[in-house]
Amino acid sequence: MKSSKPDRRKFTLGVTASAALVGLAPALLAQDAGEGWEQVVKRVLGDAKPIEGKVLVDLPEIAENGNTVPFTVSVDSPMSETDNVRTIYVIATANPQPGVATFHFSPLSGKAMVASRMRLARTQDVLVIAALSDGRFLMSKRNVKVTIGGCGG
Amino acid sequence: MAKARIKLPESTKIGDVIEIKTLISHVMETGQRKDADGKPIPRSIINSFKVTFGGEQVFAAELHPGISANPYLSFFMKVPGPGELEFTWVDDAGVRVVEKMKLNVV
Repeated sequence: MKSSKPDRRKFTLGVTASAALVGLAPALLAQDAGEGWEQVVKRVLGDAKPIEGKVLVDLPEIAENGNTVPFTVSVDSPMSETDNVRTIYVIATANPQPGVATFHFSPLSGKAMVASRMRLARTQDVLVIAALSDGRFLMSKRNVKVTIGGCGG
Repeated sequence: MAKARIKLPESTKIGDVIEIKTLISHVMETGQRKDADGKPIPRSIINSFKVTFGGEQVFAAELHPGISANPYLSFFMKVPGPGELEFTWVDDAGVRVVEKMKLNVV
């Protein structure tokens, strides 16, 4: 009886540690504890200056439930072998963990558009950055008012 | 991690740009919450998603705790010809769900 308790604890810790290791994969949006959205944006952009407003972001102006906020992001791009959108980054600036998702496209994509659902902890700006095949970046910002915050993010 | 649902058009032609919709059930626990005893609930999310067609990557995503429970993803593909799509989801525990679907090209 006495020894079963520490064993279970050890097991739980082991699982947590391996989960943390998986999280260390070289994902630009995965951040260290306490890191703000500014650092995340800096890691994506490096020294590049993004062109503002060229990413289409479809988000509700008011989200009643911050646990599931539908969004669609897209870039008007021919998506050819030589001219395409490589990656789209979605960042929720006031979430405890601002990185939401990174989407990778290919010439097989045909269209640089993706839709999903995100958590928003409270009213905030959502940033969307697109990395183009020619090395340029596009960035758009959208404010979403959140009535009931999604826990987490 | 359990059931995945995938929606493809019933039939397509070469050169069509088709929408592919996927949904998978998963708690997407953020790691920010505490249980009734005040102990933190460990993070448990699907952290990656990948789609290939004939072995070539079509679309991939890295997901973070900001993605809602039961992740829904919709994206596009330009149909190069007949073939099979392979969808792979991986979660924090290393659980992998793989689904294969043939594309009906007329």
